[in-house]
Parts: sequence; C-alpha cells; structure tokens
Amino acid sequence: MSDSIIQKVADEFRALSEPQGNARPPAGPAPAAAEPVGNGAVHGEPFVSPHPYATVLHDRRLAAEAQGLARRDTLLYLNGVTKSFDGFKAINNLSLVIQKGEMRAIIGPNGAGKTTMMDIITGKTRPDKGEVFFAGDVDLTHHDEAAIASMGIGRKFQKPTVFESHTVEDNIRLSLAGPRSVLGALVHRKDRAERDRIETILETTRLTARRKTYAANLSHGQKQWLEIGMLLAQDPELLLVDEPVAGMTDAETEETARLLREIAQHHSVVVVEHDMHFVRALGVKVTCLHEGSVLSEGTLDKVSNDPKVIEVYLGR
Amino acid sequence: MLLARFLGPRVWILVAVILAAAILVPLANLALPPDHALHVPSYLVPLWGKYVCYALLALSLDLVWGYVGILSLGHGAFFALGGYAMGMYLMRQIGSRGVYGNPVLPDFMVFLNWKELPWYWLGFDQFWFACLMVVLVPGLLAFVFGFFAFRSRVTGVYLSIITQAMTYALLLAFFRNDMGFGGNNGLTDFKDILGFPIQAASTRAGLFAASCIALAIAVLLVGWITRSKLGKLMIAVRDAESRTRFIGWRPQYVKLFAFTVSGIMAGIAGALYVPQVGIINPGEFAPVNSIEVVVWAAVGGRGTLIGPVIGALLVNYGKTVFTAAAPEFWLFMLGGLFVFVTLVLPRGIVGTIDHGWDALRSIRRAKDAEKDESGGDAQAVPGPAE
Repeated sequence: MSDSIIQKVADEFRALSEPQGNARPPAGPAPAAAEPVGNGAVHGEPFVSPHPYATVLHDRRLAAEAQGLARRDTLLYLNGVTKSFDGFKAINNLSLVIQKGEMRAIIGPNGAGKTTMMDIITGKTRPDKGEVFFAGDVDLTHHDEAAIASMGIGRKFQKPTVFESHTVEDNIRLSLAGPRSVLGALVHRKDRAERDRIETILETTRLTARRKTYAANLSHGQKQWLEIGMLLAQDPELLLVDEPVAGMTDAETEETARLLREIAQHHSVVVVEHDMHFVRALGVKVTCLHEGSVLSEGTLDKVSNDPKVIEVYLGR
Repeated sequence: MLLARFLGPRVWILVAVILAAAILVPLANLALPPDHALHVPSYLVPLWGKYVCYALLALSLDLVWGYVGILSLGHGAFFALGGYAMGMYLMRQIGSRGVYGNPVLPDFMVFLNWKELPWYWLGFDQFWFACLMVVLVPGLLAFVFGFFAFRSRVTGVYLSIITQAMTYALLLAFFRNDMGFGGNNGLTDFKDILGFPIQAASTRAGLFAASCIALAIAVLLVGWITRSKLGKLMIAVRDAESRTRFIGWRPQYVKLFAFTVSGIMAGIAGALYVPQVGIINPGEFAPVNSIEVVVWAAVGGRGTLIGPVIGALLVNYGKTVFTAAAPEFWLFMLGGLFVFVTLVLPRGIVGTIDHGWDALRSIRRAKDAEKDESGGDAQAVPGPAE
C-alpha cells in the first residue's frame, strides 16, 4: 500500500521535472473546469512554492474540488461503474448523471444492464469498481437497501410487486415516509395527517374508489399504479421506474405517461422502458445503454437516428 | 364495543371460551360429586391441560409461520427448553425425598457420582428464577439464532432445515449424561410445585387454569401484534420481502421480533406442560415433534388467530382417541391428515370457512349490485383470512 503511494509520488515528481508538462498523469478524472488551472500551473507559470510536490497537491485539490462541484448539483452521479457476474460484465465502465428535477428515460436491448444498474443504485448489488453518489456526496455503495430507500430513492420493479393480502390503503400506509422502527410500528396509531396523505396519493394514482380492495384483486395496470403510489408515499427525491407499461393496454399506457409526467413535476424520475411510443409520450432526454455502458444520449430523435443505436437495435 | 372492534368478535369469543374452561373444568372436577353427569374425572384434567399447552405452542408457531412466513421446523426446541427450565425447578423441590435422599443433588447426579451441583443448576430452587429462565433461555436462543439467520438472509426451505438441525443438535446434546440434564431419562419423579403436591387433583386443576390463562393472554398478545401496523408489516414481509426492503423497512428485524416473541411463547407452553405430564426428556427435542406442531397449525388454519388453537385441540384429541383404538395406524393417519389438508384445505379449517364466507358474501353483493342495475362497484372482494 505505502509502496504504491511512494511509487506514485515518485512518478509524479519525475513527470513534473520533465520539460513537457502534459506528460504528467492526470490527477483523477477531472472535468473541464479544472483543466485551465491545472495545465496553466504546469505550463511554466511562476509558483510561490518551488517544491514540485506542493504543486501536485495543489492541482489535485483543485481537481477534486472541481469534481465535487460538478457532483454537488447532481442528484445521481455514476462514474466508471463496473460490475461483473462470473466474468460477464453486466455493467461496464458506466457513467451517468441525473440532475435534480430531471426526468430521464433509459432504453436499451435486453441484457444492456438496465436492471443491474438499478440494483447498484438501490444497494441490492455492490459494484466492483466506480463511484455511485446520491445528492452530491452520499456514497451509495456503503448503504443497504433500507437505508437508501429512506434517503429518498424509490424503486418500482418490472413485475408489479405489491402486498397482495393488504388493501390498497394499507399498501400505501406501510410505504408512507416516517420512522422505520419495528417497535414503533407496534405502537403506531393512525392519525389525521396520515389519512390525508393517503388520500392525496390515492387521488394522484386514481385509486380512490379501490381503497378498500385487496391488492390481489386489482388489475395489472392498477397494480402498477399502486406500486407507483407506494413510491410516492415514500416521498423520494428520485424514483426509479422499471418498465412501468409492460403488459398494459394502450389506454393504461397513456394514463401511466400522464401519471409519470405529473410526478416528474415534483420529483426526479428515471424510467427504464422498451416501449418507444411511451418514451415519446414522456418527451424527455433519453439514454441508450448497450452492453453495460452508455451508447448514446440526447433527445429521442437524436438517439433513434444515431447509427450506433440503429445498428444495435436492427443490426442483429 | 371498542374492544370488539379492536380484535373482532370471534377472538373475544375464543378468549371467553378459554377463560370459561379455566373456571368450569376445575369446578366440575373438584366441586361436583363423582356420580354427577357433568363431573370431569381427574385423569382428564392434566390431559386437557396438555392440549391447552399444545394449543399455545401451535399459536406461537402461527405467529412466525402464518404471519411472517418463517416455517420453523424446530419450535419443539423452545418448548423443550422452557420445559427443562421448569423441570429443573421441580427437581430441586424434591429435596431429600429422592431415592438416594440427597438434599441438594437430584437422583441422577448422585447416580453419576457427582459431588456437587453444576453451576447452571444454581438458582433453580427459586421459583422466580426458574420462571425467568423459562422466558430467557428460549428467548435468547431464538434471538441469537434469528439474528444470524435473518441477517444472512436465509429464507424458505433453507431456514426450515436449519431450524430442524438446531432442534436435532439439542436432542443429541441433551441425550448426553455429562450435560447434567438427566441424559436419556430426563427429569422426572417430581413431588411438588410451590409447595403443593403435584399429583393432587387441586394442583392439577390449578395448573389447568394457569395454562388456560396463559393461552388467553397469548391469543390477545398475538391479536394485538398482528392487528398493529407491525402486524401488517409482518404480512408484507411474508408476501413480498424485497418490496418491504425497498420502501425502507428492514425485514430482518421484523422477523427477529416475531421469532423471539414466538420462542418465548413456546417456552412458556413447555413450562406449563412439564408439571402436568410429570416428565421432560430429550424426546421433546425430536424433529418429529416440531413437525407435528406444523401439522396442527396447518390443519386449523395458519395466518388466523383461532385456527392453530382449534387445530392443536382437534388433532391431539384425535390422537388420544385413535392411539387408544388403533395404535399402529396413528402415524399413518397423521401423515394422511397432513396430505389431505395440504391438498384439499390449504388454508386449514378456519381459513377455508373464512374464505368460503367471504366468497359467498361477495357473490351476494354482486347479485345485489346486478339487481340495482346501477353498476355500483362490487369491491367487496374476498381476501385472505384475517
């Protein structure tokens, strides 16, 4: 460990003493903002301190700060994330940034790593490499599912997963933001505020008439909406929604698009979806994943006209 | 009225029946003359008391299996540990009346040439200490076992196998003479409890009443837990564990809570059982015993409050009748019963009745709605049993 640090410092020292400043290895993946300062310093501007290592530290600090600044305003920041299962790289050097308040659609063929990406963000899977930050400075790789959920990341599964032997109302009651202690739940009492919140969510998801229905007896589309309602009850900052319209009728699909757009007014949303009509109906920035990394990013038109995307989707 | 709404009238009827039994059975045994039509013969009182203890054990299993979905095949271990704790107290009460007349050492220790009481037998001459251990030992085992099992996310059949292994390991350990629990023979030859002779009809009536009261309290406790938000969370964990995790709950703690409470309840059942049957030996740890508990709960209806109580009483009554009539067929009948219930009545007796009742009601409502022709939405849909 200490050997490698000494080695690194020695390398940097050597690089600095060489005439070409840009031979120096970059101090981490510094975004553009850091570059002028760093390069300028190395390209022969006079330093107060003559000691070369001080300049390295100086650069490194600026780079880290710049990266921190770049990260600070993001809601979700994935950088160089890699995860492999038995040698198969499900996620390969994936970098993705979601801004606060943004709604993003993620598309990609089967096996592109969409679900693994969700698993990594929600703490179900630990990445082998890379950084995953929430709200700028919370390192998600150090927390479990429950902690991440409480921080404000809600997740909807591909297959609707609701508590079938509970009523719609109780499903939402269990999801409401609040303390999560076992003994607290034992002595919990219903109150006015809780009832009002449930009421609001039932209205948003159009399930008011079904509030006393057992979730097992809902239609497929209603289950999907209930699950979205459960996410809303958590009051998360970020909603991860996995294929919300799979198996829905056209009318239900449209209703879901409306619901998600409504939610996106107050939350950041990441939607993984196969259905292109639905993605178009959302009308948001699109990221296309392929083999565990980002293939293309931009408006739906730009992405769907990207030759690389066309090749991946049609070339097989 | 408020109470009726709190748990539903059915549970209160059950509690009332249990408490009535706690009063009437001892009365019918002690106060009525033997030739009276309603006289309960003395041999029946401890037998029924045994059934009540089994009902409590079945209820404790129902809390983890019916409500949280943890199929424990080792609940007999908690029962037996509670029984051993009570048995140790009863052994110390024998005093110098044992065969060897040693005032401190139980007979089996004298027989094994032990010179002094092992440290873990200290304190068991005090009733309060024994009662504390009845709660503490099974509770602690359940807590430690549950902590590691649920933290490692062991679920389903793997967990069942580990619970089975746990009770089997304890069976082997308690069979050893050098464990200091009487080895193969276990603890027996009890003389008195709290100063009352254990064979006396009045003592047995008192033990029966105590078992009934414990069962009634347990029914109310489980009712309270399962009707609370925590109870809803338990069912949520049973049905979709990962969903609870992704909305911020930690299902391992929910399971740990239920498992520990359940272990304590099973321990209390064992402690009430031992003075009524007069013996506790390692056979109580046998895996078959724990599986039998599962059958009682399944027959009565898991996930309901009154089902396991009814199941335990029915199956054990059947066992008494049939082992007397055709002893060699009993195990076949028990196995057949389990197959029958699994195939034909997967919800158990109470669960099936509930389900049928709900279905009938929803059909009736649908018909009413049709008559009205208003298309009012028939949302009275059948749900699983309470």
